[in-house]
Amino acid sequence: MLEQLLNAAFTVTIGVGAALAYFWGSNWLLDRFLLAGPNVSLSQSIRVDRARSSIRPWLFLAPALLFLSVFLVYPVFETLRLSLMDSNSQKFIGLSNYIWAFQDPGFLQSIFNNLLWLLVVPAAATALGLLIAVIADRLWWGNIAKSLIFMPMAISFVGASVIWKFIYDYRGVDTEQIGLLNAVVQGMGGTAQAWITLPIWNSVFLMIILVWIEVGFAMVILSAALRGVSEETIEAARIDGANDIQIFFNILIPQIMPTIIVVWTTITIKVLKVFDIILAMTNGQWDTQVLANLMFDWMFRGSDFGRGSTIAIIIMLAVMPIMIWNIRQANKEEGTR
Amino acid sequence: MIAKALKGKVFKGLTWGRAGAHALLLFLVLIWTLPTVGLLVSSLRDKDQLAISGWWTALTTTERTEVFRLPKSDAQVEENGRFVIRGELFKQGSNRTIISFGASANSLDEAKPGDTIPLRDNGDISVSINGAYEWVSQTGFTHTRGPRLFYEAGIPPTFSLENYFEVMTSQGIGRSFVNSFTVTIPATIIPILIAAFAAYALAWMSFPGRGWIVAIVVGLLVVPLQMSLIPVLRMYNTIANITGGDSKTYLGVWMAHTAFGLPLAIYLLRNYMVGLPREIMESARIDGASHFKIFTTMVLPLSFPALASFAIFQFLWVWNDLLVATVFLGNTESTLVLTGRLRELLGSRGNNWEILTSGAFVSIIVPLIVFFSLQRYFVRGLLAGSVK
Repeated sequence: MLEQLLNAAFTVTIGVGAALAYFWGSNWLLDRFLLAGPNVSLSQSIRVDRARSSIRPWLFLAPALLFLSVFLVYPVFETLRLSLMDSNSQKFIGLSNYIWAFQDPGFLQSIFNNLLWLLVVPAAATALGLLIAVIADRLWWGNIAKSLIFMPMAISFVGASVIWKFIYDYRGVDTEQIGLLNAVVQGMGGTAQAWITLPIWNSVFLMIILVWIEVGFAMVILSAALRGVSEETIEAARIDGANDIQIFFNILIPQIMPTIIVVWTTITIKVLKVFDIILAMTNGQWDTQVLANLMFDWMFRGSDFGRGSTIAIIIMLAVMPIMIWNIRQANKEEGTR
Repeated sequence: MIAKALKGKVFKGLTWGRAGAHALLLFLVLIWTLPTVGLLVSSLRDKDQLAISGWWTALTTTERTEVFRLPKSDAQVEENGRFVIRGELFKQGSNRTIISFGASANSLDEAKPGDTIPLRDNGDISVSINGAYEWVSQTGFTHTRGPRLFYEAGIPPTFSLENYFEVMTSQGIGRSFVNSFTVTIPATIIPILIAAFAAYALAWMSFPGRGWIVAIVVGLLVVPLQMSLIPVLRMYNTIANITGGDSKTYLGVWMAHTAFGLPLAIYLLRNYMVGLPREIMESARIDGASHFKIFTTMVLPLSFPALASFAIFQFLWVWNDLLVATVFLGNTESTLVLTGRLRELLGSRGNNWEILTSGAFVSIIVPLIVFFSLQRYFVRGLLAGSVK
């Protein structure tokens, strides 16, 4: 184990050293060999200068571009290609995998569940985050409260799954319940249930875990946006006789709408990618399957790269509109700069 | 008059609103913290108690029905013409108490501590509150198999680090802890360096295609990881086949994490660097400083907040990741990271909450420390990464 840590430390040194050596060395080479000699004309010297400054950015960018192309850009096209191939990626089978997908009950179940997640989680997390941001900013202990609500963001999905599985725990009819949820349900006169095996409701219980994690994110971003709303506008509205509720819905919400959209879309993307929670809690049993976990399933247990790729492409298609919108926004900003 | 009435009303509404706000926020904070508190409390409890009572009862004495088989006849001693078998129901120093006892499972409430009841085989038995029993008979004991004694034990609350010892040593969490660090540290440091240079080029150098690269980086920010898994796995397999090496290596997972972290790193750092004052850059250029010099001596130090933000993001993301580690590192003993181990324990030891709770706590303590000590940078990074 010590050897392994030393190995890691060694890699850090080598990795960082190699990167530094590359950046420093390539720069040095550029300056050294593309040097205008002492007896050259002005035009020649300008040309050399220009050549240098057109090469240098690419030296700075090269490692990043290499990593991005090999691990992200190329795989997008490769996955697209593999989705048209059979399970061993040997034979071209056209759209068969897609046709399979839309006839497969497991896939349709996943699509249904994903839609459910997309409807519930971003809305719930954004709304709760906004609520907490609005309340906490007016109370003296608001910052402590925000810090505590923010905490789950640091916890892994698997860790959160253990935490919540313990809450949903069920121990037979006649035994004392050690899960908080069942204890509360019994305390209020209900009957304890094995919540995780109860279709539809179990999906909701899994969603609660993600909401629990994401509310902190929504809260922090929205809280910052709320602080950006000008005091004068609110004052003016108050003088005009608007009450708190009206101010909230007619002034605050419209002013921070762009931020709400950013929060909403960010959580939407996370929902599409989440798989750890389902894998750890139910592994897709009891009708809780979602696309990301289904993909993992086909890739590993089914060892069918064709179907796995097809599901990945479908997740990608779902993300696509958000991606295009983001790029447009970024380009717009670039234009104004 | 009107003004006064209005003032009163507003004031009243405000106090009500205030109290309501306090109550609501307190309620939400409780929901958000109780699950984790429950995990921590449970991980410190005795594993027998943990299995039979909720963690919120951790400070009260729990009751449990237990059975004890009394010793065989050769344990008897003769005292004043009587035959006696003595012993303790509880281990030394367990602080447990007897609430009631009986000779059969149905007569558990037969006797209170200090009472004497007849046993079916022979003689009478009395049990004191601390679990010491005395079995007395006028005739000698001859049984070869001791009868059973049923009792209700009161178990006082105990807290210990025993569960942590157990998971760290025999459940492999200790090993996985080291593995997680092995994955996380290089995967956090290397992308920062690569991204910083790229971000500088995209922020302060002008060259054709810059806008395109920025757009591609923004696009890649949201590309689902799922897209990369199969092609990269196939690529690793091919390389392993050619070189005869292993396809699941730490190097492979470091490179994958580096690449997956780059879009956010470049995006965050570039946005930050673009905001650095133009005058400083230009005057340095006029003084003849090269881009390399400006970058290393001015931009990098000035960008420290952004570098720290990204470092925290990447650290938390890699530490908490399950997918990339499972796919590219595998599930062997020497490579299983904490999240993977925890997931495995959830499957194999799903009802051993003493293992799961302490294991989970070990896995979340490092990110929690990082998070709470560096929250300022984390929040700054979140804001820079999302609000534009």
